[in-house]
Amino acid sequence: MYRLVERRRLWFLISLLGILPGILFVLWNLSLTGGLLPLSIDYTGGTQWEMRFEEPVAPTELGGVFVEAGFTDTKAFHVDDDRTVQVKFKNIDMAQKEVIEQAIVERFGAFDERLYRSIGPAIGAEVSQAALLAVIAASVLILAYIALAFREVSHPFRYGVAAIVALVHDVLITVSFLSIMNLVAGWELDALFLTATLTVIGFSVNDTIVIFDRIRENLRRHRGEPLATVANRSIIETAQRSIATQVTALLVLAAILFFGGSTLRIFMATLIVGLVSGTYSSIFTATPLVVAWEEGSLFARARKPVRAREQTAAA
Amino acid sequence: MRNQYIYVAIILCLFAGSLFVALPLDHPAWLEEGLAPGVDTQRDIRDLTLGLDLKGGTQVLLEAEISEDQPLPEDALNSAKIIVEQRVNGLGLAEPTVQLQGERRMIVELPGVKNPDQAIETIRSTGQLEFVDLGGFPVRPDDYINTTNRPNAVADLQESIAAGEAAPQSIPYPEEAFETIMTGDILQAVVATQDEYTFWQIQFDLKSESSGDFFTYTRDNIGEVLAIILDGRVLSTPVINAAINDNGVITGDFSQEEAESLAIQMRYGALPVPLEVVDVRTIGASLGQDSIDRSLQAGIVGGALVLLFMVLLYRLPGFLATVALAIYVTLNLATYKLLPVTLTLPGIAGFILSIGMAVDANILIFERMKEELRSGRSLRLAVETGFSRAWPAIRDGNLSTLISCAVLYWFGNNFGASVVKGFAITLSVGVLLSMFTAVFVTRTFMRSFLSQQGERLLGSRGLLGY
Repeated sequence: MYRLVERRRLWFLISLLGILPGILFVLWNLSLTGGLLPLSIDYTGGTQWEMRFEEPVAPTELGGVFVEAGFTDTKAFHVDDDRTVQVKFKNIDMAQKEVIEQAIVERFGAFDERLYRSIGPAIGAEVSQAALLAVIAASVLILAYIALAFREVSHPFRYGVAAIVALVHDVLITVSFLSIMNLVAGWELDALFLTATLTVIGFSVNDTIVIFDRIRENLRRHRGEPLATVANRSIIETAQRSIATQVTALLVLAAILFFGGSTLRIFMATLIVGLVSGTYSSIFTATPLVVAWEEGSLFARARKPVRAREQTAAA
Repeated sequence: MRNQYIYVAIILCLFAGSLFVALPLDHPAWLEEGLAPGVDTQRDIRDLTLGLDLKGGTQVLLEAEISEDQPLPEDALNSAKIIVEQRVNGLGLAEPTVQLQGERRMIVELPGVKNPDQAIETIRSTGQLEFVDLGGFPVRPDDYINTTNRPNAVADLQESIAAGEAAPQSIPYPEEAFETIMTGDILQAVVATQDEYTFWQIQFDLKSESSGDFFTYTRDNIGEVLAIILDGRVLSTPVINAAINDNGVITGDFSQEEAESLAIQMRYGALPVPLEVVDVRTIGASLGQDSIDRSLQAGIVGGALVLLFMVLLYRLPGFLATVALAIYVTLNLATYKLLPVTLTLPGIAGFILSIGMAVDANILIFERMKEELRSGRSLRLAVETGFSRAWPAIRDGNLSTLISCAVLYWFGNNFGASVVKGFAITLSVGVLLSMFTAVFVTRTFMRSFLSQQGERLLGSRGLLGY
């Protein structure tokens, strides 16, 4: 039998290495801007404007028009092809927009307005508060559900907490991913990133439940075996499924990532990272955590192996 | 095993029915009427309802512009909504919508609008109410006319119509400019009330300083029509029955709704509260079409890869599962039309992910089946055990996904994040349907196949892939 849950220090160390860049980035960002993560205009308020011209246009030249008009922190970059430019800048009113639009048409010719988004700062603040609330609410509800679904094992609450730890692990991994991508490609936390994170939460819990469900079943069938053995057995037995599911999900997600266009790119990439992390955390975070907790050795070496018969409530 | 054939028949009927709804055909009238009881009884279900991000258009979030601590006058936002609806309907768009959100906000959706900036200005503008002498011309409610106060109203409108920025209107006398007697400023209060015979009427009070002129005019023109005009459009054409000093009534064959709507429009020729634009989102039609093409491409490639994978890995059961998956997709599309679900880009993502969940359920079952077969069970027992043992994991996993969907939906609904809401709706519809197809439909197929072939199948490992 493989010794998987026994090597938890190694697994936890790998997780830590994955999470660390995100934490460092958040601290760095906090000292730099006072915010946790670089937020998109969904949360800060501002304007996003995507234009497709007849001829290729250099983003810096187009951005210059905005800087001249007084929007000094304008960011301009290509999307999809070199005729399409997206510009991000501060809030703007209708009259200002008209003036800038005229200036752009004069210098670069007519364009097709592909996307225009302008959002006030008050709305953004409200949305980010609600988003935090949504994540917390989802976690609490899922914890309650797992505690209920696993009520036949001896400490259902511990299974619930382990699932939530795995979930937080996956959220931190996506934050790490976003941090790295922010440095590399300037990605920001937007409403779609939030949606992706919440989806990752759903899938992460789904993965954890599949293994816990097998543990629940094997505890009944193999009374007398140490919990660690039952856990290892359950992981191995569900490994085929984990791989098969992972492959199908990745096939679909990769298809959307490559064909889905720029609007969904951040969303899909985040989902892929989160999904892989979700499978990892269900095997290497949640399960070892439950075993360690039950053995009373969460912070020390294993002292007393717990046997399966102690793990199911007396029938 | 006879039961299995009945189930197969039911499943096939359901498949045929959903396919019929899902296909872009002309559906019989009873189907379309039965779907949407209430006001709009006729609904076109030939095509899926697409969100603004797919068909192009503008979404505006408007907020009542008064300070936080100041209470909003009662019903002010409802009245503002009625006026905004009137103005939006004048833009000549297909299916624009106006919805209140919370206590001080309103979401306006303008699909396919050509000039978003101008449209928003029109919505927020302060309208002007006038009392006009029609000079005996047979002008009717909803006609557009020039007045001496607004001599270019008709010309401006015709220009907008020509540019496709306004709906065509009835303009009986484009050359004429009718005389404005008074503007709406003279009105003090306007309410819809019932008279002693319970007929609906509109009662109005005049400001005392302006009642003199109005009195003189109405005294001299008893029996003539005094039209009420808002922004060039005729609202009502009441006949003067008596001289009006400081208050009067407009009677007519009004329903309660008509009377209240007219009263609101007279009261607030201008909006009852100023509206501030807090969020504008415009998606060009070309970007929308791009997104549709790309999602379709991604769906086809992704779907084909999954089918290939399933058949390679699980052989016969995998093939039956892909048939169930085809049923799953048509069921989803039919449900989108029937509910109806407005399909957005994240909505499509949610749908594709729900396919992933459906496939995962089948993978759980088949892996379990293989395990049982390897340990030497009979085929029938392996199939039954596979389904029954995998069920708790499928149930718990799907329910926890539904829990996150509920939270997402709440979040999207309360904070105007329609992006998130669309995703939650399609994902939860998909998860619910997948529990039906991935478990019930696949199991029925497997069982009826077994009753045909029995344990003979066990001999051909290649067909079972274990």
